[in-house]
This record gives sequence, structure tokens and C-alpha cells, in this order.
Amino acid sequence: MKRKEFLHMAGMGLGSLALPSLPFGSRMIDPAEALQAGMDKATKKQLADIALNAAKSGGATYADVRIGRYLNQFVITREKRVQNIANTESFGVGIRVIANGSWGFAATNDVTPDGVARTAAKAVAVAKANSKIITEPVQLAPQQGYGEVSWKTPIVKSVFEVPLKEKIDLLMEVNGIALSGGANFVNSAILAINEQKYFASTDGSYIDQDIHRIYPNFTVTKIDKASGKFQTRRSLSSPVGMGYEYLTPTPESKVSGIVTRYKDRYDILEDAKNATADVAQKITAKSVEPGKYDLVLDPSHLWLTIHESVAHPTELDRVLGYEANYAGTSFLSLDKWKSGNFHFGSKLMNIVADKLQPGSLGAVGYDDEGVKCGKWDLVKEGVLVNYQAIRDQAHIIGLKHSQGCCYAQSWADVQFQRMPNVSLQPGKDGLSVDDIIKNVQKGIYIIGDGSFSIDQQRYNFQFGGQTFYEIKEGKIVGMLKDVAYQATNQEFWNSCVAIADERDYRLGGAFNDGKGQPGQSNAVSHGSSTARFNGVNVINTARKIG
Amino acid sequence: MAILSKEEAQTLLKKALAYSKAEECEVSLNGSDAGNIRYARNSVSTAGDISQLTLAVSSSFGKKTGVATIDEFDDASLAKCVLRSEELAQLAPENPEHMPLLGPQDFPESVTYVPATAAITPDTRAEAVAKSIQVSRDAKLQAAGYLENSVTFEAMLNSKGLFAYNKGTDVVFTITTRNEEGTGSGYAARGFNDVTKLDTFTATKIAAAKANGSIGAKAIEPGKYTVILEPVAVAYMLESMFFGLDARNADEGRSFMSKPGGGNRIGEQLMDPKVSIYSDPFNTDLPSSTWNREGQALEKRSWIEKGVVKNLSYSRYWAGLKNVAPVPFPGNIIMEGGTESVEDMIKNTEKGILVSRLWYIRMVDPQTLLLTGLTRDGTFYIENGEVKFPVKNFRFNESPVIMLNNVESLGKPERSISVESYRSYLVPPMKVRDFTFTSLSDAV
Repeated sequence: MKRKEFLHMAGMGLGSLALPSLPFGSRMIDPAEALQAGMDKATKKQLADIALNAAKSGGATYADVRIGRYLNQFVITREKRVQNIANTESFGVGIRVIANGSWGFAATNDVTPDGVARTAAKAVAVAKANSKIITEPVQLAPQQGYGEVSWKTPIVKSVFEVPLKEKIDLLMEVNGIALSGGANFVNSAILAINEQKYFASTDGSYIDQDIHRIYPNFTVTKIDKASGKFQTRRSLSSPVGMGYEYLTPTPESKVSGIVTRYKDRYDILEDAKNATADVAQKITAKSVEPGKYDLVLDPSHLWLTIHESVAHPTELDRVLGYEANYAGTSFLSLDKWKSGNFHFGSKLMNIVADKLQPGSLGAVGYDDEGVKCGKWDLVKEGVLVNYQAIRDQAHIIGLKHSQGCCYAQSWADVQFQRMPNVSLQPGKDGLSVDDIIKNVQKGIYIIGDGSFSIDQQRYNFQFGGQTFYEIKEGKIVGMLKDVAYQATNQEFWNSCVAIADERDYRLGGAFNDGKGQPGQSNAVSHGSSTARFNGVNVINTARKIG
Repeated sequence: MAILSKEEAQTLLKKALAYSKAEECEVSLNGSDAGNIRYARNSVSTAGDISQLTLAVSSSFGKKTGVATIDEFDDASLAKCVLRSEELAQLAPENPEHMPLLGPQDFPESVTYVPATAAITPDTRAEAVAKSIQVSRDAKLQAAGYLENSVTFEAMLNSKGLFAYNKGTDVVFTITTRNEEGTGSGYAARGFNDVTKLDTFTATKIAAAKANGSIGAKAIEPGKYTVILEPVAVAYMLESMFFGLDARNADEGRSFMSKPGGGNRIGEQLMDPKVSIYSDPFNTDLPSSTWNREGQALEKRSWIEKGVVKNLSYSRYWAGLKNVAPVPFPGNIIMEGGTESVEDMIKNTEKGILVSRLWYIRMVDPQTLLLTGLTRDGTFYIENGEVKFPVKNFRFNESPVIMLNNVESLGKPERSISVESYRSYLVPPMKVRDFTFTSLSDAV
């Protein structure tokens, strides 16, 4: 869910160009400061040990320390001007403990021996205070210590090392292409994040990680002044766990078809040209006739459907009721999982959780409670087989160890269960996208993600898209507009009758997925190949006001 | 303690500004002391206290501006922060829409600060939550809730002599109660500047009544219905429309406020004559600051009067271009109503649906402001002036602009929060005809 940001910006016509909320305690910096080395590892280890010892001597039975430096860079433009450039840094330490069977957490930006010791003592005091009103003590799945280890996103070039001018020039070129192609407005942005995280725990782990993410994007707008109508087309880029190399296109990363789509490299200039042509076509496109259609969903669209309809309801904390007051609960109750026979989808539906997938937003070596990350099945041949769990939940689903799904958006926030990358596996029948389309009699081919809404237990959803193409008797016959589809989750996944093979597999993702109170943001990818869903209810969204 | 008095803030800002060598400089302070407590399954899950004080310096040379921030306030740190903003300004591209700073102004003192709210401690929060959990246990329900409170202040001083200061308090409480079987769910949300108005016991009682009352919901056909929306549903439904009260987007042709053929809809009868929407910083139920971050005064202003669009916000840049006076975006939004309670409105309804809360609202089409979302936490069928039975939740596809053309009656306005942004609005419960439900949901 891209929550607050989406809501606030949507009314201002900015769509996807929302700024992520800055981590607590962020300060604006000179871009050059981002390149300076932070605190050295030896000092971090010393400080972590001071904190762990302080927690233990205060009565903690478990403690973990996260010393984090979080860097953000945003370059935001519209038409011929730069709207905003922001470079921020946030540095501090978060300490979490168990005392008297209860969790306690405290954080500070005073990363000194005194500061961390005081904060560890505060976390213990919070745990002891909370222990008076808990109903059951925390049960933590055992976790081996790894000693001193490290992990880094395998990037080719850090976004932070690329001069600002180069990014501005690129975005100005994007905007120029859109305006000279006939668009009335264009917004574009490059967002980058670097998390430098040091984790230590009383289990004996000292984990140093350097995590990178980038999200280049734009929105092209075309106005039809006479009718007062307008249309937009957003970029088909994805936020990814990569460096600036994502913006260096290669022929093999392009997927040709009705419009070019992209794998692990993105051609922002080509997409700007295509978007400008698409948005003009959208103005005059045929308004959809409501009814049942077979949908052919491109990975640039399907990722969001997977995110909302599969990834969120398999979060174990939602299933248990911990998110009841905000994000909601889940229709995938424990009894359905225990039955071993709950048919979430058709036999083609194989869903995998993966915290290691290269280029993905969720890829890390270890999660934020020191668990080495891995990969596991959530849905196998249509049957629900597992959830996403962290250390204090593992015992509830009979696991002896955590699945490594713990994350905090910054040092100042307490870590909790967040989704890993959750992806639909490619089909095994050797199908191409063309093979899928040629068998559809009455259908709609949808590219790009659009409007999205789903209930608090994830039964009923509605999705839009960026571009819609009508399929008649196996052929694409033209563009449609005013399309949204509504479905019941289980019915939808059981109507999945074809999935293209691994040649078409691509990642989409959410740069800012919101959850928790106070809210925290998480970044996560979802992969798939193009898939076909039969007999889905499509509504027409055109209305008239004034 | 991150909250500075007016005098302390002014002294610190003057000191920082003295280091400035830029053509124009604005220094501002932002501080907050906040705390929260979260619970689920009738037990506290997390609690925290967060304090933050930040100084921001914005320096400009011509149309080039740089911003730097800092959270240390010794002389050397202040000097360094000012210098860094000046260096960043020199590196920045020119902003063709740059506006010169405003000069000194007198802003009246706001009424946003309530000492009782500033005095909240972790114990106060725990007591408030304990009351809520007890109600839930007594009703044999599971409670999940959240309470957060804050004291915040903002101050600014610029090189043209404009100084402004405001201090405010806020408390927000939300509670969801569900039965063990997962067949009933109820909700209540409260937001106040003054914590003495917050009653977690009564709010949880309401949520519990909704939870137990919603058990055994029947499915009825989706379609167009007369609905009574409670204020928490109204606030969330109208929020994106409030954010869209902007002249520039309208003039550019990409808003529901755009007029076919060009321009915006100011002066047009866009809604039912019963609809009047305005802002007023001195409303005692929903006060706001009397100035904004650009240093403009926020005053009482009408946006929709008897269904006619009276004003849209104009940034200083856009106002200059259009040769009109700037209109700052409001600090609060108030919709006028009547005197009826929700109960009165039910009594006066022959056939309809009572909607307690809406959920996951997203924009489907910005040109008509078509929104989709769902009902939840208590949806009831009304017949002959009585609530007859709970009904299954619906998905809707509806535009607030169309909805405000179909108003049958408005009840007594009540401060309510948007369940997604946590912002407060003062809105009435409303009865509207032809509200469009497009499908059913099994969600409870």
C-alpha cells in the first residue's frame, strides 16, 4: 500500500511522484557528504558491545542493536525546471531488548558510549514497564550467531556517485522528449536510497550491510482543452535494488511487443517517447464496454495485484490480528493453512517468497533481527502452504527458525514483520505472450499499474492500469480507456489459465509500502511473467461532473 | 524537551540569521514531543516517545536557493549550517518560479495549544488504553488500537524581518474491536487538540456495539442506494476533494476543477445548494495555525458556498501569473451541516444503508474525482426509520463531487479524522441518494 503519500499527492495531479517520508532525524546534506565514509566498523562493534552489555546487566535476556546511516537523494523536475533536489542523512542507533518476557525499544542519535548505554537501559525500562500488561511472554525462535559478516547490494555504480548534473540532464531530456512529442505536462524524478546498517545481537552476530535502491520515474500528461478531458501515462520503470546501471539500457533487457517493456535495465528516453505516443492515443481511445473479459496482465501491472492480493494476506502478523486496527487482517486464516487443502488458486499458481532475488528491492543478506535470508514457497500448485514470519512468530506456525522477514525503516523505528519479495513463478508450458494472446476471444491486455484498492481481509479488489488494449479473436484490435477490473481474490487466482514462461519474467515493485502504527515504509519487489485470467468483471470508470 | 517558547525560538533564529551572507535568507525551527502506544489482541504491543528539534536554513542568490538542516545548536553548528545552505544555493539550478520573501506581518495568536494535552505522560496513555481494553474484554471482543499525542511548534524568521511562531497539541485515538470468530467488527476514531475531550471508554463502547451489531451480516444486491455516512466516512470520502482545491492544476486542465474550454470552475454551481465548505483558524473545535510556511496569513475563507465554487488556492507564483491575489492552502477544512443526529437521520429514512466507516479509498479517475473503496466495521440496512439488520460490506465507485450533488440532508458537524492521513476535519454526517455500490465483499 502506498498510503499517505499517494493520497496527498493524488489530488495534486502528481501521481507516482510522491516523496517517501524521510526517516526520523534526517538532515539535509551536501551531496558530497553522502560519499564520505561513515563511522568505521570497529567503532560500531565497540559501541554495539557497550549497548549489549548494558542491556544484559540491566536484566535483558536478549538484546539487539542497529546502528544505521540512511542516505536519500531525490531529484524532482517538471517540464523545463528542477522542482526539488534533496539530499538527506540520518544516523543513529536503535536498541531492542527482551526483559521479563516483554519487548522494549529505545533509539537515539547520540551514538557515543554514554548515549548507547543510556538508551539500552531505557529499552530495558520500557520492556519491564510493558511486561506488567502483556498476556503472554515473547517466544523467540533460536538463532545462531554468525560472528562478523557483511553483505552489499551488488551494484555497478552508486547513484550517489553520479554527479547531480548528469541526473538533471537526463530528466530534462525525458521532459524534452515528452513536450516536443505533444505532451502538455511532464513530471520526472530519480529517487535513491542507501541504507548502511550495522546489526549486533546477544546471539553473537555482527552484521554489516550496505543496501542500495533506485527509482527513476515520470508521468506524461496530455490535455484535450475543448472537452476538458486529460490523460496520463506513467513510466514503465520499476524501483529496483540496483545502482545507476539500471539506467544504462541493453538490447537484451528489452521486451518487445505492443510497447517496449524492461527487465533489469531501463531505457527512460525510449519509454518517454512511447509514453507520449500512448497518452495521445488514450485521449481518443474507445471507452470500454463493461462486462466479463479474459485479462492478459503484463508483469508491469501484475506485480501490484500480487502485492495486494497474495503478499499482504500471507503476512503472519495480519493473520494473527496484530494489524487489525490499521492495515487489516487476512482471509488466509490459520485453519485454511492447517487444512493443507486450501485452493487459493489454480494449479498454475506457484508463489515464492525470496529475500535474495538479485536486483530486487527486498534483497538483503540478513534481516533486521540477524537472520540469514532465504527463499520458500507460499503457494504451491494453487494450495496455501506457508506464511511470512519473524523470530517471535515462528513457533505459531511450527517453524524452528525465523524466515527472515524483519525490517525497520530506520534506526529510530522498531523492527517488525514486513513482506519479502513475493513472486509468481513462470509457467512451464513454453508459452510466449503472443501464444497467450492468440487464444483469447474477448479480452483486455493491461500494461502498467494504476488505481488499486482492496478490502481489509483481502477478499475483494479493484485495479486499473496505464494502458489497455482490446483483444478480439486472438488479435489486439485497439486501445481502450476507462477500464478497471473487480474480482474476489480466490476466484481470480483460480481463473488463472496460462502463464508465460521464464523468458518473459520481470520484476515490479513498491518503493514505499506502508504498514504499522506509527507508519513505516518498506520496499519490496514482485516478479511474474504475463498471465491470463478468465472471465473477470470489468467496469467502466467514466463519469461526468459539472 | 524539543518545544521552545516564542522568545527562545526568536533568540535562536536571530542568532542563526546573523551568520547569513545570502541575498535572502529564511531560518525556521520545527520541534515536536510525541508519544504513542499500540495494542492488539487486548494486550499492549509497542510504545514509544519521540522528540525532535530541527533548524532549517534556506538561502537564496537571485533565483537559486539552497536548504540545509541541523539538530545541533551551538554557534559553530549554526554557522556551518548557514554556510552549507549558501554553498548549496550556489550549486543549485535557477528556479524560474522563485518568489521573493515576504516582509514583516502581524499574525494573531492561534488557539491550537492546550496545556492538558501537552501534559500527557506514558502513564496517561497506558490508563486510557487500559480503559479501552477493559471495555473490549467485558464485551468478549478483541481490541486493537492506537493512541498518539504530540506537542509541536514552528517558528520562522527571514532577512526581511518576518517572524512567526505557533505551538499546537494533538491527540488521536483509533480502536478496532472484533469478535473471536471474526464475524463482527467495529471501529471508532477520535482526534482533538484538547485531550480532556477524549473518552477512550465511550469510543470503545461504540466500537464494541458496532462489532456485536455487525455479526450475521446478510448479503444484499449491490447497486445505487440512499446512504447515511457517519462523519468518519465523510471525512475520508471528501479528503481528496479538499486536497484538490488548487487553481493551478485546474487552470492547467488536469483537475476536477478544470473547466471545459480552459480555466477553472470558480463561480460555477458544482454541488447541491446545501453544501458549504470553509476554513477558519479560530474554530474552537478544529483550530489551525494563523500562518503558513510561506509566511502568509491564514484567514477565514469560503471554498464552496451553497454549492458554488468560491475560491481555489493560488500559490504566490500562480497568482502573479494570473493577476489575482494569492490564496494560501487552508490550515483546516470545515463543512457546514444541520442539527440532526445520525439517529434522527435514520428515523427519517424510508430505505437506505448506514455506513459506519470507509476503507482503502483510491483515486480511479482524477478528472471526475471518481474514487473506489469499501465499507467496513458496521454496515446496516435501514427500513422505515429503523436499522433492520447488518449487511455485508460493499465496494463503491463514486465521486465526492457527484455525491455532493445528491445530498438529501446534513447532520450536526463533528470533528473526525481521516482514517488514512490521520488529519482532522469538521464534517457532518450526511444522507445522500444514488450512492453507487458496485460489488460485495466477504471481508469483516
